[in-house]
Amino acid sequence: MKAVTETSGSTEPTVNKKKKGFWTTFKEQKILYGMSLPFIIVVFIFSYLPVWGWIMAFQNYRPGRGIFEQKWVGFDHFVTLFTDDKFYLVLRNTLAMSFMGLIVGFTIPILFAVLLNEIRGSVFKRTVQTISYLPHFVSWVVVAGIVTKMLSVDGGAVNQLLMALGFIDQPIQFMAQGSWFWYIVTASDLWKEMGWNAIIYLAAIAGIDQEQFEAAKVDGASRIRQIWHITLPSIAPTIAILLIMSIGHLVSIGFEKQFLLGNPLVVDYSEVLDLYALNYGLSMGRFSFGTAIGMFNSIVSIILLLTANGLFKKFMKQSIM
Amino acid sequence: MARTKAASIKPSFSDRVFDIVNYTFMTLVMIVTLYPFLNVLAISLNDSVDTVRGGITIWPRQFTLENYMQIFQYEGLITGAKISVLRTLAGTLLGLISGSMLGYVLSRIEFQGRKFMSTFLALTMYFSGGMIPVFILIRDLNMMNSFLVYIIPGMVSAFNVFVIRSFIDGLPYSLQESAKLDGANDFTIYYRIILPLCKPVLATIALFLAVGQWNSWFDTYLYNGSAPHLTTLQFELMKVLQSTQGQNTGMGAGQNMAEIVKQVSPESIKMAITIVVTVPILLVYPFLQRYFVKGMTLGAVKS
Repeated sequence: MKAVTETSGSTEPTVNKKKKGFWTTFKEQKILYGMSLPFIIVVFIFSYLPVWGWIMAFQNYRPGRGIFEQKWVGFDHFVTLFTDDKFYLVLRNTLAMSFMGLIVGFTIPILFAVLLNEIRGSVFKRTVQTISYLPHFVSWVVVAGIVTKMLSVDGGAVNQLLMALGFIDQPIQFMAQGSWFWYIVTASDLWKEMGWNAIIYLAAIAGIDQEQFEAAKVDGASRIRQIWHITLPSIAPTIAILLIMSIGHLVSIGFEKQFLLGNPLVVDYSEVLDLYALNYGLSMGRFSFGTAIGMFNSIVSIILLLTANGLFKKFMKQSIM
Repeated sequence: MARTKAASIKPSFSDRVFDIVNYTFMTLVMIVTLYPFLNVLAISLNDSVDTVRGGITIWPRQFTLENYMQIFQYEGLITGAKISVLRTLAGTLLGLISGSMLGYVLSRIEFQGRKFMSTFLALTMYFSGGMIPVFILIRDLNMMNSFLVYIIPGMVSAFNVFVIRSFIDGLPYSLQESAKLDGANDFTIYYRIILPLCKPVLATIALFLAVGQWNSWFDTYLYNGSAPHLTTLQFELMKVLQSTQGQNTGMGAGQNMAEIVKQVSPESIKMAITIVVTVPILLVYPFLQRYFVKGMTLGAVKS
């Protein structure tokens, strides 16, 4: 704002120096507007307009009618939702997989980054790093296929290894037993994203002043003590920020993994909120009910994000917003 | 020199144990990551009848290219490959244009829409309307059964915009100033000065976009499931994998190809398709590693 009055001041000395009219500036910056407005409109249509669709949750939406010509039903769909036993099962699954994902998917990459940093052979280190990124670039469709293959009863690598080591006599039916499902999803996610999620920590570790380590070495600190007293405290701010972000995404864990890894045998453990909205809302044409589920999901994530951010602000003086 | 120095500060016993454990752990990580891919590759290159006997690890027992010959006779896969390539190219290009233009415009401090647009974009990272309102919107816009649904709705990514903007913020502003004095307009500055300098960050974003486009399957499932001419590779693979698993194929999924594949030894064929779907991405990413590591760090710091 200030810069423009200064730079254009010489060519148009008559214009008020402090404040120009909105439209005058608009005309001057028409190229900048031309380069941005079309995209902003796209964002408005595809990100903001759907929020308007939340109104459907309070209506009995029938396709082919305008949004104001629908029948209003108040909180009926939410009452249906909260009295449906299936909803609580689905909520349990969502929360269970989110928390397992948060605990494992959040801590292990930190550990991996810290340990990788302690590797001194740089070729070895770089090889591990490159390989660890690999699964991130592969689609969930492929990963689900691979996981199913590895865990299969006939000839799956995991069962064969366990049998060869003598832990089990019979292959375990991993994909057919609901009790395994949460662990399979968590482990698959870890396998896919560990290396990728470690990138930021590795960058943070690379930024630590090396003299600290030198000094610690002179004092005779062991590697583990160096990690505990130097590396971890130095990357704590990064950890805190990423933790808040993960908590914000806790409930919106998506459904790709559950959709692709699940099967009718384990449905009591695999169905999550988004899948519930898909199967009981969209597929059955109950658009309003499905929207209510989605709305519940969004509101819970926003509350979680704000809570996490608030707590961290208070205790760690860290904030992302 | 280094050797004598290392010997003089003798590593303690616990440090040596730590190293052994650490190197073992990292080796295990590599094996666990790579083995499944090598296994899939080996099976895809193995005779399909022989595969049923099991026991293939990372080396084909009866080498053949027959599986690959076979899968390329399926129409779904040919169309899928075409559409996947097209959407990857178009989606990446559109994403780069929108990301770099918005990133550039938002980096101009004097731009009066800057604050509003930044907030407007940033908010989209924290909420979404949800699957069903978006579905209804897409349907009302007549974008069902169209190629556009692959590239238009996700055209602008706030994250990418902010990554590019923070990169541009790091460039010397004097470059823009002097160009402006030479009479260059805002678009010329973008096109002639900013874009060429942004190559490293654009390489990162291009990789993210291309991977995202190539790997998508759910938009095909949801919007184009009943349009075989718009199928994608990931969607075809999904159908094949899901049908042999006997799973919920849901709404739009046509079963034709899946059925054919089922009759002809599923295992080797499935793995061959998996390889076809996976390899293009794997060929690209190691070369862009240097860029995306930087890009990720930049994005994390800013957002």
